[in-house]
Amino acid sequence: MDDLRELYQEVILDHSKRPRNFRRPPTSNRQAKGHNPLCGDRLTLYLQVEDGRVADVAFEGSGCAISVASASLMTEMVKGKTIGEAETMFHYFHELLTGKSAPSAAPGPEFEKLSVLAGVRDYPVRVKCATLPWHTLTAALDAKPRDEIRTE
Amino acid sequence: MTGAQRTDRHHNQPPLDVNRIRQDFPILSRLVHGKKLVFLDSGASAQKPRAVIDAIKNCYENEYANIHRGVYYLSQVATEAFEEARRKVQRFLNAAESREIIFVRGGTEAINLVAQTYGRKFIKDGDEVVISAMEHHANIVPWQMLREQTGLVLKVVPINDDGEFMLEEYEKLLSPRTKLVAVTHVSNALGTITPVREIIRLAHAKGALVLLDGCQAVPHTPIDVQELDCDFYAFSAHKLYGPSGIGILYGKAQILEAMPPYQGGGDMIVSVTFEHTEYNGIPHKFEAGTPHISGAVGLGAAIDYVTAIGLDRIAAHEDRVLHYATERVKEIKGLRLIGTAKEKAGILSFTLPNVHPHDIGTILDKQGIAVRVGHHCAQPVMDRFDVPATARASLAVYNTNEEIDALIAGLHKVREIFG
Repeated sequence: MDDLRELYQEVILDHSKRPRNFRRPPTSNRQAKGHNPLCGDRLTLYLQVEDGRVADVAFEGSGCAISVASASLMTEMVKGKTIGEAETMFHYFHELLTGKSAPSAAPGPEFEKLSVLAGVRDYPVRVKCATLPWHTLTAALDAKPRDEIRTE
Repeated sequence: MTGAQRTDRHHNQPPLDVNRIRQDFPILSRLVHGKKLVFLDSGASAQKPRAVIDAIKNCYENEYANIHRGVYYLSQVATEAFEEARRKVQRFLNAAESREIIFVRGGTEAINLVAQTYGRKFIKDGDEVVISAMEHHANIVPWQMLREQTGLVLKVVPINDDGEFMLEEYEKLLSPRTKLVAVTHVSNALGTITPVREIIRLAHAKGALVLLDGCQAVPHTPIDVQELDCDFYAFSAHKLYGPSGIGILYGKAQILEAMPPYQGGGDMIVSVTFEHTEYNGIPHKFEAGTPHISGAVGLGAAIDYVTAIGLDRIAAHEDRVLHYATERVKEIKGLRLIGTAKEKAGILSFTLPNVHPHDIGTILDKQGIAVRVGHHCAQPVMDRFDVPATARASLAVYNTNEEIDALIAGLHKVREIFG
């Protein structure tokens, strides 16, 4: 049970039950859809990018606790950040979950939120659940957005 | 088989000595995450008894060479072992002749073979193929591909809220243009046993052929293709305690003979020149190339294994465990069973409110319990019940009520974590 509590921390359960920025905004200038066919996780991400910054970000969809919590945390973290900063966060997060060894320290205090998802690295089949929102974000930020991102 | 007959027949079956049977399956004694393995995913692929593992080992250690080719001793021995496996399948399905048994890679290839040979030759623009709303993707996509090639019309028989095949609606969908009815015998996502006798009778009355997808049925029920009078029957060995990578297409001889070959290559020909090739007879016409020799031997051993126990007894045992599980899950608050047909075999599909099946799967796994979570290659079934996915416990001869108790304890832990 302790291992499972490491994965399903209160913060994750909270974000999965009450996801932040869970809405369809009236306006957005970037969008992308993410889909994990293995488990049926689906999300649509809406971005308002202004002057190279993520002025607003929101999402809709359904999925497992890990993917919804990851999407919710991600929206909180990247709002107000530049595109470059958002990409740095993704790279750190990716390394946190899939790197040979977990990064020893977060590059900055704003990265610390992500550490609640660090337990996912012990569940290889669930890593894709956690990274799906971030891959979708990358697609949305892409100059040529793709319609749907798949992590399977 | 109709359900009522099934249940009655099972009432008198003596109980199995499951603990002894479990000892036949080496993998069941291993630990997972330090916990005793509780394997409840046999619907995806069953574990293998020692007899099957040994038969495959013996094939490679003592009786291996290519078949239908060599004049030397070992090739004859291997050919005999391969063809004996075909005869075992023939007896298992009660097919009239062994040449009606075609070795393929699995149920998926069996269905694709029918679509691409029978279908491309005999199904024309505007002809109709009928499937059901509870088909596995393997019995949907091949017909959609054939639709692209021929312009056929694909009709789908609906299922009711219990996940039962709606016979009246099916009857309405049949027409003089119906060429083929391709339906599952047991639903992999719901466990529903379909009324195949009625399905076949009604189809034949319209002059249509019937293909049964038996992948999920063969481990749980005796099959008699002559009594059923189905035209094709498809199944995979790996759900029947045999190896993966081999399966069977049964077809009535006269239909198979009228069908063009599937793939071209060795063994499916009588003579080849650059001007003309003469095809071999059935079943070899459909078995181009060196087949999965040890796989066929393993399937033969699996058939021997289940036949020795008795499929009626296996089915009766699984029904008892399924009944126990169906009763026990009622104590899990909010649990919704997906698939509540009166006649079911070996499958318990469910969802929990506010917990995604993927999370259920991870939490159960940590306790050594293997269930499948996801859409079970049956996305239209998920759409029908308006769920993205389900968790599915599927049963086999080696499962026990104690394992169901472990599942229930695991589900309580899910509730504990998710509140």
